[in-house]
Amino acid sequence: MRRYLGRKLLIYVLTFFLAVTIDWLIPRFMPGDPVQTMLSRAALHAEAVEVMHGYYTRAFGLDVPVWQQYLNFWVAIFHGDLGTSVYLFPQPVIKVIMRAVPYDVFLLLPAILLSWFAGNWFGAFAARNKWLDNTLLPLGYILTATPYMWLGILLAWLFGVVLGIFPIAGAYSFSMRPHLSWAFIGSVLKHWFLPFASIFLVKFGGWAIGMRNMIIYELEADYSHYLEALGAPRGLIRKYAFRNAILPQITGLSLDLGVIVAGALVTEVVFSYPGIGYLILQAIQNQDYFLIQGCFLFIIIGVLLANFAIDIAYVIVDPRTRLGMVGESA
Amino acid sequence: MTKRKVRSETLYFALRNNKLRVGLSVILFFLVLTFVGPLLTHYAPYDYVNPLGAQPPSAKHWFGTTMFGQDVFTQFVYGLKATFLVGVVGGGLGTLIGILIGFTAGYRGGIVDEVLNMITNIVLVIPTLAILLIIAAYLKVRGILTESIFIGCTAWPWAARAIRAQTFSLRSREFVDLARLSGMSPWRIIFTEVAPNMMSYLLLVFILQFGGAILNAATLDFIGLGPTNAVSLGLMMNNAVLWGALLLGIWWWFIPPGLAIMAIVGALYVTNVGLDEVFNPKLREM
Repeated sequence: MRRYLGRKLLIYVLTFFLAVTIDWLIPRFMPGDPVQTMLSRAALHAEAVEVMHGYYTRAFGLDVPVWQQYLNFWVAIFHGDLGTSVYLFPQPVIKVIMRAVPYDVFLLLPAILLSWFAGNWFGAFAARNKWLDNTLLPLGYILTATPYMWLGILLAWLFGVVLGIFPIAGAYSFSMRPHLSWAFIGSVLKHWFLPFASIFLVKFGGWAIGMRNMIIYELEADYSHYLEALGAPRGLIRKYAFRNAILPQITGLSLDLGVIVAGALVTEVVFSYPGIGYLILQAIQNQDYFLIQGCFLFIIIGVLLANFAIDIAYVIVDPRTRLGMVGESA
Repeated sequence: MTKRKVRSETLYFALRNNKLRVGLSVILFFLVLTFVGPLLTHYAPYDYVNPLGAQPPSAKHWFGTTMFGQDVFTQFVYGLKATFLVGVVGGGLGTLIGILIGFTAGYRGGIVDEVLNMITNIVLVIPTLAILLIIAAYLKVRGILTESIFIGCTAWPWAARAIRAQTFSLRSREFVDLARLSGMSPWRIIFTEVAPNMMSYLLLVFILQFGGAILNAATLDFIGLGPTNAVSLGLMMNNAVLWGALLLGIWWWFIPPGLAIMAIVGALYVTNVGLDEVFNPKLREM
């Protein structure tokens, strides 16, 4: 188990290292020095340019050798210094992002977990059931092929504009200030529901299909046939099949995190939900490169943390990794 | 059994597989529309053809017009072309890189495998969109081809991993040992002995890469990092949302592009499952 988690951890550390390197490399070596262009365009206040330029020379400083620039970039990151936002000027990038992160967690965590549990449960239920297979499975394929933003747009249009049941912008009513009251919590939940539902639905289809196919593979495996020959009850065979089929689904979850995060980003754009996705849109429209870079880094950190959590869950679910019997294809 | 008989048997099951039939028909429909569509319209995608602005579908403008009076049908068919281009180039490149890395790692094994596997796992963890985001944000001019290439270069890891595992199981078979004993070069063994035995698998990988590339491109376009000099389905949705088509109820602007992406990608998935059933007798419905 220690070996398994250790190996995973090594990969994550290397990934983080690579991500930071990319974050430094791309703006540094892109043609035309876009950061410089951005700074010259942002020359609204003299002090702004000074602050920005200070960071720029520290992080990408051109007067020191390249290796030292790279080192300085790392030092800045460990001090939580990701530069200053152009679009929200005097605020540091890290503060802007930190304000958005809770919304992302609030949106993504329930959407990922609930869709995973519900999809797996439903997929296992639908496998080898002629009626469900023929009616609801096509629906699953349609859902999983739906682009996140389009489902978001459809839901927003249908429930927000045509029926007028749900609001379609923001995280809470514009007339409210964040405080602890039932009215405010209600408003937050109301604004949260549609973005949550669109992520949930797309993923639900994917997990249900994956689980259904997995169960069919397992029911065709030798041990299932053997159990059948022994006269074991159907329910018992299915239970074994489910326990074996759930493992690839856990791996699937960690493989799919990147796609889900991308989906959440565009969903936030559709609903103007103030998470990182919405921030990225603003940053792109205002050519706020430091903010884009900061968001990039935070997405990677989030995905790495989630991956590690999934690895721990895998160890708990699969007894073989605990006993070190298999070096699961790390 | 001769090779010909095997082929005709595959064809027999392929023609009788409903999933395959439905999937391929939908893809064919959109493919035809992509080539015929531009002949049916007299406008260019960004021409301002309707001075009245947003108008619902009519005989003159089949899919209506945008808020600026651009013809939605024209944008749609040109966007379809972009979608297929991204799918073929991005999906093809992703599959190709996956094949090269997967075969090398799986066949060579040892230290080469360790290193390639490590690289694959690292790239696998990084969300594709995050990388695309940071590259695209710094590019001033973005074309559909550049976009496809970047998408292909970031989408290969899972393909490489899957192909590696398959190669791994094939390389210790007797016929491969025999080829090795006869002194064939490794790459020749891979392409004449290993690859033909997983052709069906590679086809499935390509189909999934194709669909993935389309969805990735749509996401990138929607977030505002799409092609700067062309029209695409993702870009249409991006414009529709940015210009308030939702609140104004201009549904004909945002429904067609998303519907087309959903239909094409869904058809690809269904085709994939259908092919899987054709190639793998265990999965055929009795």
